[in-house]
Amino acid sequence: MSATITKVAGPLVVASGMSDAKMFEVVKVSNEKLVGEVIELHGDEASIQVYEETSGIGPGEPVERTGLTLSVELAPGLLTSIYDGIQRPLELIEKEANSAFITRGIEVPGLSREAKWDFTPTVKVGDEVEGGSILGTVPETTLIEHKVMVPPTLSGTVEDIKSGSFTIEQTIAVIKDSDGKKHEICMLQKWPIRIPRPCKGKLIPREPLVTGMRVLDMLFPIARGGAGAIPGPFGAGKTVTQQSLAKYCNAQVIVYIGCGERGNEMTEVLTEFPHLEDPNTGEPLMKRTVLIANTSNMPVAAREASVYTGITIAEYYRDMGYDVALMADSTSRWAEAMREMSGRLEEMPGEEGYPAYLGSRTAGFYERAGIVDCIGGDNRKGSLSVIGAVSPPGGDFSEPVTQNTLRVTKVFWALDAKLAYKRHFPAINWLQSYTLYADNLEAWYSKEIAEDFPSNRERAQSILQDESKLEEIVRLVGMDALSPREQLTMEVARMIREDFLFQNGFDPVDAYSSLKKQYRLLKSIMTFMDSAEPIITQEDFDFRKLQELPVKEEIAKASFTPEDEVDEKFNALDETIRSQISALQS
Amino acid sequence: MSTAYKTVTDIAGPLLMVEGVEGVTYDELCEIEMTDGSKRLGKVLESRKGVAVVQLFESAQGATTEGTKVRFLGRTFQLPVSEDMLGRIFDGSGNPIDGGPSIVPEKKLDINGNPINPASREFPEDFIQTGISTIDVLNTLVRGQKLPIFSGAGLPHSQIAAQIARQARVLTEKEVAEGKAGESTTEAEGKFAVVFAAMGVTFEEARFFQNEFEKTGALSRAVLFLNTADNPVAERIATPRLALTAAEYLAYEKDYHVTVIITDMTNYCEALREISAARKEVPGRRGYPGYLYTDLATIYERAGRIKGKKGSITQIPILTMPEDDVTHPIPDLTGYITEGQIRLDRGLHQKGIYPPVIPMGSLSRLKGKAQGNGVTREDHSGMDAQLTAAYARGTEVRELAVILGESSLSDTDKAYLKFADRFEKEFIKQGENENRSIFDSLQIGWNLLTELPKNELKRVKSEHIEKYLPSSKTSTEPVAA
Repeated sequence: MSATITKVAGPLVVASGMSDAKMFEVVKVSNEKLVGEVIELHGDEASIQVYEETSGIGPGEPVERTGLTLSVELAPGLLTSIYDGIQRPLELIEKEANSAFITRGIEVPGLSREAKWDFTPTVKVGDEVEGGSILGTVPETTLIEHKVMVPPTLSGTVEDIKSGSFTIEQTIAVIKDSDGKKHEICMLQKWPIRIPRPCKGKLIPREPLVTGMRVLDMLFPIARGGAGAIPGPFGAGKTVTQQSLAKYCNAQVIVYIGCGERGNEMTEVLTEFPHLEDPNTGEPLMKRTVLIANTSNMPVAAREASVYTGITIAEYYRDMGYDVALMADSTSRWAEAMREMSGRLEEMPGEEGYPAYLGSRTAGFYERAGIVDCIGGDNRKGSLSVIGAVSPPGGDFSEPVTQNTLRVTKVFWALDAKLAYKRHFPAINWLQSYTLYADNLEAWYSKEIAEDFPSNRERAQSILQDESKLEEIVRLVGMDALSPREQLTMEVARMIREDFLFQNGFDPVDAYSSLKKQYRLLKSIMTFMDSAEPIITQEDFDFRKLQELPVKEEIAKASFTPEDEVDEKFNALDETIRSQISALQS
Repeated sequence: MSTAYKTVTDIAGPLLMVEGVEGVTYDELCEIEMTDGSKRLGKVLESRKGVAVVQLFESAQGATTEGTKVRFLGRTFQLPVSEDMLGRIFDGSGNPIDGGPSIVPEKKLDINGNPINPASREFPEDFIQTGISTIDVLNTLVRGQKLPIFSGAGLPHSQIAAQIARQARVLTEKEVAEGKAGESTTEAEGKFAVVFAAMGVTFEEARFFQNEFEKTGALSRAVLFLNTADNPVAERIATPRLALTAAEYLAYEKDYHVTVIITDMTNYCEALREISAARKEVPGRRGYPGYLYTDLATIYERAGRIKGKKGSITQIPILTMPEDDVTHPIPDLTGYITEGQIRLDRGLHQKGIYPPVIPMGSLSRLKGKAQGNGVTREDHSGMDAQLTAAYARGTEVRELAVILGESSLSDTDKAYLKFADRFEKEFIKQGENENRSIFDSLQIGWNLLTELPKNELKRVKSEHIEKYLPSSKTSTEPVAA
């Protein structure tokens, strides 16, 4: 029975003659063979969301079934790629369309079928393997060694294993399962994007994902394998923060999803990343990155798929035992794409027109983050950290997408337009933001950086809290009404804000701060406070003298200290602070 | 294809339901013949087996369920384009209204266009000098950027847009090296054009731009699409798309640097809401359809540069924020798509400051690469951050002074207050015909910074302070007020 279109309304197409279609099956719609996915079935009618522009399509045109659910291709070659929402390489689309514009009906494979990869086996004939076992490795880029794994559902004995140069479709191993059936394995595997890849179990995250941003690492750290949200109104710096994370965080593989965002921003990432050096290895950042770009004017249904495409690729590298970080910018666009499809399906709307399943879909997405025991029998661990930007309308955090996201993420980096107006970057509000990982990470910080790292962190936070209370008083009765101790708190809080939290992302030195430097910088500010405390309470002490100390300017410039001079410079700085303050005493 | 259907069953607002149709496709263009023989254009919004929902681009007045004929044209809405469009004026549906002949098309283009492949884009980084200090220094405009003006009813957004269109130019390498800009050079810049689209604006506003272009001789390199307030509402859906189709043709096929001015996006969104309501769709925020973001993106994203093409599209859409509320869905969604915004402030306007561009809330996302050594001047980005931060602090102090009285402020705070006042009068304020070079604007900035204690200048580099900061306050006279 052939399927035909009965209705077209924007990205939604209804077809009849689809009685044996599966949910989420991929279909080719119309004579133009546009890619679509079945999202609802009613008797023999199927609702299909189409991933390409549907103008010029009408009832009566055919729908072709493929029998497959929407899947991504997984094999060497993913890194350095840039894909659209359904894993079509944008560069190939350009070539195929022979135009700078994305035209319809272009069919290009996600991974090159011609490229050959050097496969080195790590198992031998006769070895017992299970789903996830590593069969061999391929040097995918100079940074990442790709591990070719047994498909998750298969286990058995290695019958044959090859070595040498192969395309992703050539057989590299043969595995005999317990029923005696032989399976030919090639490097290329497919995995349906809406189903999480399996693992043995999840672990509690205990190590931080170091980002090099002082406000994040020091005050609101995220754990490796954690989930975080960055909500903020436009212009507060969501994208800049996400891009900084992608550049500097110490994950080994980065998946960056531009979901319904600006075309030029994706181009910026594309042009910048190949030239930027990974601060940990010195290699171009692109070599550890997969980009998914679905700009705001690309078809809305593909936007819905793009986050799943991205996270499935991220899970695949996690399964190899890597630390993977995924940035999704912005998940609000993803939610809106859901809302748009839901509206076209004439579903009963939930809050603000969003579908009632918004909460469960959001939770399902963030729950794919985590640090896991990988399948494959060698006890390797991999992590996937997910950081989603949220774009609340009008910057109002009470809206459904933000609220649903906060329920499932443990880190909340609240971007503040007011800070951005003052050019305080990163514009992360230190009073609103929070992290629930701080306790889990305390032990790591004390051991790896310094014993008093956690206590300094708490102290800085309470000074900032105090400042906000004191500010209210100052606003009513003026600075003079404060006691010397309170004035000192205000002064130190200002130093924390302006000299520590403020970070210049465009400055080559300041853009990335190692944990050690962060610690020393905050410690110097604390030294200032501790040294000043005994003398300000002295009678007749003129507070202005403290404010005018020349060393304050040195503290302000301390964040520009190169990493290799940290010890020396900060030791000297602490010394100057102490001597200048004690000189006031006389 | 040319079967005329007489089977209109429902008419509601600008929508028609036509039954018994065959082979009608989504987004297809159709021609509706009224009983009096007049013809109107429409497009298919939904196509079901045997039924098509048609949206008229003009009013449905006079349409009847009996006697009205609908003819489906088998193609989507197309705009005939050629270089002869320059200097011409069209209505909101693309018909010439200047009395001239119709365009002999070089080709016909679908007005919906196609999304630009992000891999084919070139990142915009050419600095455009608009001659307006607050834009050049603080919210640098870049060739290929989409930078809207967030305005309010009664604010001078049209004048600012016209001033930008009139003064915008790129600097030559020689000018950057010397740190001096001449009056205006056009040779080095290549061909440039202005495409103007008006949706639902008053006759006077449309006329203002027309006059403005005529006066400066820019009309010969401008293309105008006018849908005024008395023109059909539904036509407004097509108008910006026509303009951008013309712009894309000129930029990417004929190598023009095109500035597109679209006014007023608020009217466009209202039209969209009207049609959505007539279709009885589930409304999103404030009754606007849930797909407003996607729809706006298909307009705003049609800007930028493409690898290997000489031309570019710089988009300056204007929108009036209802009640000056930036969280209203129209400015809100716009801000999430565009690369920043120029925000106008009623308070500044009431103080008599033109242009009332407020640094807080204005932003250019692409300015990073268009500021600094080799592009403008080394101290540019530091100056940007310093002025904005200092002005923000100054306005905070001003609020404080209202409560506490000026006398109880600290000396530093008093300096900030003075700075903020001078900043508004000397830096923000300028004449409608005053064309300041970026170097002059930066110098004004340095003059103003003399108001502040040196240890407060944390955002500018110390070597730049030494090089550019005037040695004493007394020596600063505002450069050409």
